[in-house]
Amino acid sequence: MRLVGKHFGREGARVRKTFVTRALLFAAAVVLPAGVFLSGSSIVTASAKDVEAKEAGTVVGSPRRLRLLTTQQYINTVQYYFGPDIKIDVKFAPLERTDGLLIAGASVAGVSGAQIETYQKVASIVSAQVLSPDRRATLLPCKPKSDKAADDACAEKFLGEVSNYLYRAPLSKAHLAKFVAESNKAATQLNDFYAGLQLALEGVLLSPNVLFVAEREEPDPHHPGQMRLDAHSLASRLSLFLWNAAPDAVLRQAAARGQLDTEKGRAKIVDMMLASPRLETGVRSLFDDMFGFEDFVTLAKDGVIYPYYLGEASGDAREQTLRTVVDQLLTKDRDYRDLYTTRETFVSPALAIIYGVTTPPGWHAIEFPPEAHRAGILTQVSFLALHSHPTRSSATLRGKALRELILCQKVPPPPANVDFSAVNDPKSNFRTARDRLTAHRANPVCAGCHKITDPMGLALENFDGAGQYRTDEKGTAIDATGSLDGKDFSDVDGLSRAVHDNPALPGCLVRRAYSYATGGAVSLNAEPALVELNKNFAAQNYRLRGLLKAIALNDAFSTVSKPVPKPEPKKTASVPLLQVVAENPK
Amino acid sequence: MNRLNRRRVLRGMLNGGAVTVGLPLLNCFLNGNGNALADGEKMPVRYGTWFWGLGMNTQIFKPKKTGRDFEFPDEIQALAPIRDKINILTNGNAFYDNSPKQDHFTGWAVSRTGIAPSNRTLGSETCDVTIANQISRTRRFKTLTATAAADARVSFSYDDPNTPNPAEYSPVLFYARLFGPDFPDPNAKDFKPSPRVMARKSVLSAVMDEMGDLNAIAGAEDRVRLDQYFTGLRHLEQQFDQQLSKPEPLAACHPGLAPKDSDMKMGNASELMIQRHKMMTDLLAMAVACDQTRVVNMSYSQVQSNATKPGYDKPHHTATHEEAIDSKLGYQPEVSWFTRRCMEGFAYYVQAFANIKEGDGTVLDNMFIVGDTDHGLALLHGLDNIPMLTAGSAGGKVKNGYHIDMKGTSIARTTYTALRVMGVDVPRFGDRSNQTSDPISEILV
Repeated sequence: MRLVGKHFGREGARVRKTFVTRALLFAAAVVLPAGVFLSGSSIVTASAKDVEAKEAGTVVGSPRRLRLLTTQQYINTVQYYFGPDIKIDVKFAPLERTDGLLIAGASVAGVSGAQIETYQKVASIVSAQVLSPDRRATLLPCKPKSDKAADDACAEKFLGEVSNYLYRAPLSKAHLAKFVAESNKAATQLNDFYAGLQLALEGVLLSPNVLFVAEREEPDPHHPGQMRLDAHSLASRLSLFLWNAAPDAVLRQAAARGQLDTEKGRAKIVDMMLASPRLETGVRSLFDDMFGFEDFVTLAKDGVIYPYYLGEASGDAREQTLRTVVDQLLTKDRDYRDLYTTRETFVSPALAIIYGVTTPPGWHAIEFPPEAHRAGILTQVSFLALHSHPTRSSATLRGKALRELILCQKVPPPPANVDFSAVNDPKSNFRTARDRLTAHRANPVCAGCHKITDPMGLALENFDGAGQYRTDEKGTAIDATGSLDGKDFSDVDGLSRAVHDNPALPGCLVRRAYSYATGGAVSLNAEPALVELNKNFAAQNYRLRGLLKAIALNDAFSTVSKPVPKPEPKKTASVPLLQVVAENPK
Repeated sequence: MNRLNRRRVLRGMLNGGAVTVGLPLLNCFLNGNGNALADGEKMPVRYGTWFWGLGMNTQIFKPKKTGRDFEFPDEIQALAPIRDKINILTNGNAFYDNSPKQDHFTGWAVSRTGIAPSNRTLGSETCDVTIANQISRTRRFKTLTATAAADARVSFSYDDPNTPNPAEYSPVLFYARLFGPDFPDPNAKDFKPSPRVMARKSVLSAVMDEMGDLNAIAGAEDRVRLDQYFTGLRHLEQQFDQQLSKPEPLAACHPGLAPKDSDMKMGNASELMIQRHKMMTDLLAMAVACDQTRVVNMSYSQVQSNATKPGYDKPHHTATHEEAIDSKLGYQPEVSWFTRRCMEGFAYYVQAFANIKEGDGTVLDNMFIVGDTDHGLALLHGLDNIPMLTAGSAGGKVKNGYHIDMKGTSIARTTYTALRVMGVDVPRFGDRSNQTSDPISEILV
């Protein structure tokens, strides 16, 4: 954390220049495990740009964005202000996973007509609840002179306060006046003050300024010639990052008073945010996104093959892992890498059936014994069931998920027109997944990618498609040996240790957290910031809070730079198949 | 006609029963011949798409003969009863030129946009949106998109490459959107414009005033997104207007009862998908009958279909890769089982529109439907030998009952045909090897 402080201002930029250049040279010289390729062009491009930028004395920042509020951000924002009992059963249009995160998709997603309709419907549902007879007394800051007529002052007070919060910045007087006028007009037409207010609130909730987070910029006095986010945009970015909701009054006031403009002031606010119980919401959201848990919504298991996978299991599996994340990384402040080896977790009755343990109703903390082979979150039902087929396990899907979600590497898609004749031979008798995949890898075209995914996926074969432990498949003992980037192991415990020690593991979290924080795909010129954050993360023994703080205080978080898009991949017929593109060189 | 209990009939439809009872437009809205509206305007022509995943098994899908005199092979037996309502196109190609061959993407992208994408993003809006901009802008919904795959992400309709139209996946929620309290029932006895809706519309103008400020700070790409937002608000305003004016009666419009919560089980078991497909199809058909939209999109399954068969351990997509070819049959029998369920789905979809009478014919007579998939031969995930299906006469512009061999030409030709039939006057469609100005003339009148 001390490192971060030093990096503010011009002085900091000079310190970073030397470090970054060295770090990049180091990254380029790293000897990588066989079969793993770094996207070399990105390193070269980033370092060249970085050196260029540093020579000019500038700070490399992140792009200013126009982000759509996600479903959960909308719900969190509304419920924080109006109360958790406001029922919001809504799903906005699904976002496209971009650079590893759904939230990054929100900065490019368009808005279909159906989406606007959804916004209107949910606005109507929320407004009706807020102004309902049983809530209006507590949620309104004033009482109208008459329930049956317009009341200019009370409408202005309510709509002013609400819109300042929902717009995440003060609403202009002229614009507020329009909403107040509409409220009054409707109140008069309907002979109902509250009905008028309700319709005006619907309008506020439908505002593009509410549903889009439009970041604004201003000249940066600390870095002449550069732009930074304006105070309210910075407050929004901080709040969406750490709380996954709009800024509260304290944060907005800090922005309005200029507190976020100073190093000390911003650090104080960030500390306050990290100490808030709302941090848990933000951290859950970050990991839910990073782990691809949105797929739980559509996950289904064959009830005949997996009768112990009950309807509640999917929701509970997701919750179990998020509870483990919060417990390990926030409550117990453990090393991020330990998440992949810890035997401490929580179980619910639906999960207890799969894990073969007994538990009373509700959630309970447990520690699996070593012989249960449940070390780390890769051995939890969430990872195992999500990356399986409805009817059976999949070493390939699990290996791919480990590479892509946890290590930020990209596994190429299957090649075209694969000859499956070896696997399809009716005379062959594959008893286990290993037999089947070994036959599949006999085809050199398939071998390329399957070598990247299968050796670690097969180590998880002791768990069936629903995540239950097993020692055999159709009567044949399961061989759970495997390897990951040059480390061999004989069982899943070995895989957990190998993942824990994999150099790409912490860098992947840094990359995802940075992308999540800045609300979009990581631009190529962000590499210097990532290198610095990686170093910082290691220096504080991989503590999550420290990482979040370092990102929130980093110049790149608040300085605005134009994005540098990734170059289109070269289209040649001779692209090596044996390729894992590491998005994030350590 | 008056003695028929429409409510019962339509409730039957919603429950998936086969109904062939006519529900004509009220005669007062038709001309003397019953083939046009009384004011001389032609009956509106509507457009529909229908998607199934994972192609087919060529030797039991492709009819041996072309033209009208062909027999239905095993895999498309389900289409035999509707042969006079459909055309079967085979041996089409999705050319990918120097773009990568992207399994499960290139195929349908070429079908819907005429462009083989160079990355994971489409090259343009999809054809249903182009057509909707021509024929459905004034409807309550410009397009409606639904899926039987229980997942909002299973959509093949895009307003632009970054803006999918999310699929309706729950019959309960879809019914509420279509026929809930905001439904302007064309056959309602009493009509009173709601002062609440009037106020809502008025508030909207204050919201729209904000677009200018945002546009001023947005870059070019973001301005496109803001434009979409603004267009959406304008459409919302139009929806409010529709709620404020008395709609013309439509005899065929009678939405029946809402499905129950218990009807919407998630999951990809084929029996659930079939049930969901029927319910969503019935709702789409009723939405068309009520003239709520003139463009509908339905998908039976996702590209890598996860449909499962009772007692068989491989879902559809896995089976295409792993099922052995039966040496006697010469194809993958379990994969074919899944494809046959898809074909039954298409037959149901077509029949749902044929069940609604309109004038002296049916809605299907005034409709053009294109069914497409992501691949040709399922086993190889091929982008050649791709089949397509069409249905409906598009107001007399299209002939049916044919099997057409596309002879390896681009499947974009079918889409180009649809654009022309639907009145989108473009000289060509698609790019590079998929570019075409050659419709499937054999099926055009």
